[in-house]
Amino acid sequence: MTTYFTKDHEWISVDGPMGTVGITDYAQQQLGDITFVELPGEGDSVSKGDSVSVVDSVKAASDVYTPVSGEVREANPALADEPELVNTKPEGDGWLFKVLLSDASELDGLMDEAAYKAYVETL
Amino acid sequence: MSDNEAEIETIESLPLDAWHRERGARMVPFAGYSMPIQYEGILAEHNWTRENAGLFDVSHMGQLSVSGPDGDMAAAAEALEALMPGDFSALKTGRMRYSMLLDEEGGILDDLMVTNAGEHYALVVNGAVKWDDIGHLREYLPDEITLTHHDEQALLALQGPKAVDAMARIAPVARDLSFMQGTYAKWGDVPLYITRSGYTGEDGFEISVPAQQVAMLADALTEMDEVKPIGLGARDSLRLEAGLPLYGHDITEQTDPVSADLAFAISKKRREQGGFPAAGKIVETLAKGPSAKRVGMTIDGRMAAREGAPIFAGDARIGTVTSGGFAPTVGGPIAMGYVEAGHALSGTKLQIEVRGKMLDATVTDMPFVPHRYYRKPKA
Repeated sequence: MTTYFTKDHEWISVDGPMGTVGITDYAQQQLGDITFVELPGEGDSVSKGDSVSVVDSVKAASDVYTPVSGEVREANPALADEPELVNTKPEGDGWLFKVLLSDASELDGLMDEAAYKAYVETL
Repeated sequence: MSDNEAEIETIESLPLDAWHRERGARMVPFAGYSMPIQYEGILAEHNWTRENAGLFDVSHMGQLSVSGPDGDMAAAAEALEALMPGDFSALKTGRMRYSMLLDEEGGILDDLMVTNAGEHYALVVNGAVKWDDIGHLREYLPDEITLTHHDEQALLALQGPKAVDAMARIAPVARDLSFMQGTYAKWGDVPLYITRSGYTGEDGFEISVPAQQVAMLADALTEMDEVKPIGLGARDSLRLEAGLPLYGHDITEQTDPVSADLAFAISKKRREQGGFPAAGKIVETLAKGPSAKRVGMTIDGRMAAREGAPIFAGDARIGTVTSGGFAPTVGGPIAMGYVEAGHALSGTKLQIEVRGKMLDATVTDMPFVPHRYYRKPKA
């Protein structure tokens, strides 16, 4: 399983053809207390860079862009009752959705953890 | 993810800038100043203020004084009454009123607090429009009236059910104030002007203090167990729950006091006598009712509706949200907005469109969270 990161502060953890997507710890810190997460529908066809989810915090609503194209296979059911999981475990139980990748080569343009950490340091 | 905070070109620092940063505040541009949006988190700070006491730095707000020749308060009151619908000539020393600067069409240029401070009227105006206010006042106040901008003063707000205990340790006289009263006080050698007022719906105080001493006062207050520093984020969620409008969003030059549901600020005497900008038009609107009205709405589910979201009754677009968000004390999303008068009654079911979804909403009496202002029992 390999995890990749985007400049928009999403992560995608890839296991074979399936990717799990969430927002990074840096992102949740920036957003503050999350009160609602709007998730994509299962079966939705999404293209890399689409806004497919919205994370609502006390402060503002922020788009989440899918790092890859494919078909949404699952939206995290735990977030309906516990949106704060995105704050407490952004890179674990607070994942947003799972996507069946249609083009694995899209991962090539993403950052690995070290590159993402270096990127965040520049912000 | 993306974030859409507005960028402002020239950002100034307030006297407590370093103080906020030392306490881990996240600073954002607001009203031309760098200000703390949060320290530990908006929810925690909101709840702390509702249960204890929160200290807010509101030094971005404009502190003005208006005085007549040789301290002639009647002349100063008359000059202010030509620009605002408040009854300032009847305002006793140490009393405070909420009012509005109006333009010739009855549009709201700003909302503000006016206090009779003895030898002058003290005005506290919104930071975002204070330079416009000063320009407007300089242009329209008669020559013999003196307007002073006290930019050497900082302003703190101490808000919450335990604010009075903390404030009384600084200035025992604070306990003697009722809501919307003010007094001079001394903290050691430091001169203060304290009013029992605020923008959270809770009991609390606003404290005008020389900028030189504001860090010392903020330290003294936050060293008390009841008091934590609170950022602008919680200030917004607290005032929204209290049903208090935010200038530039819920009230603007395009809104008037009647449609904004702020007619309580126009006294009976002023309604009868007029003499404020657009008095005829405003009194007429009072009589026949406004075509649209500012209302509160509670929203089903958890998705928040924010400024700009269209409001519908069935298929008909009947209004727009002017501010909204998740309300921590209410435990769900709430909003404020303008709706056509026929849909403004409490209990009316409406729909608000957010990102293509229709959210069910209900017009709700404001405040959403009961005010807990302190009024001294009558002797």
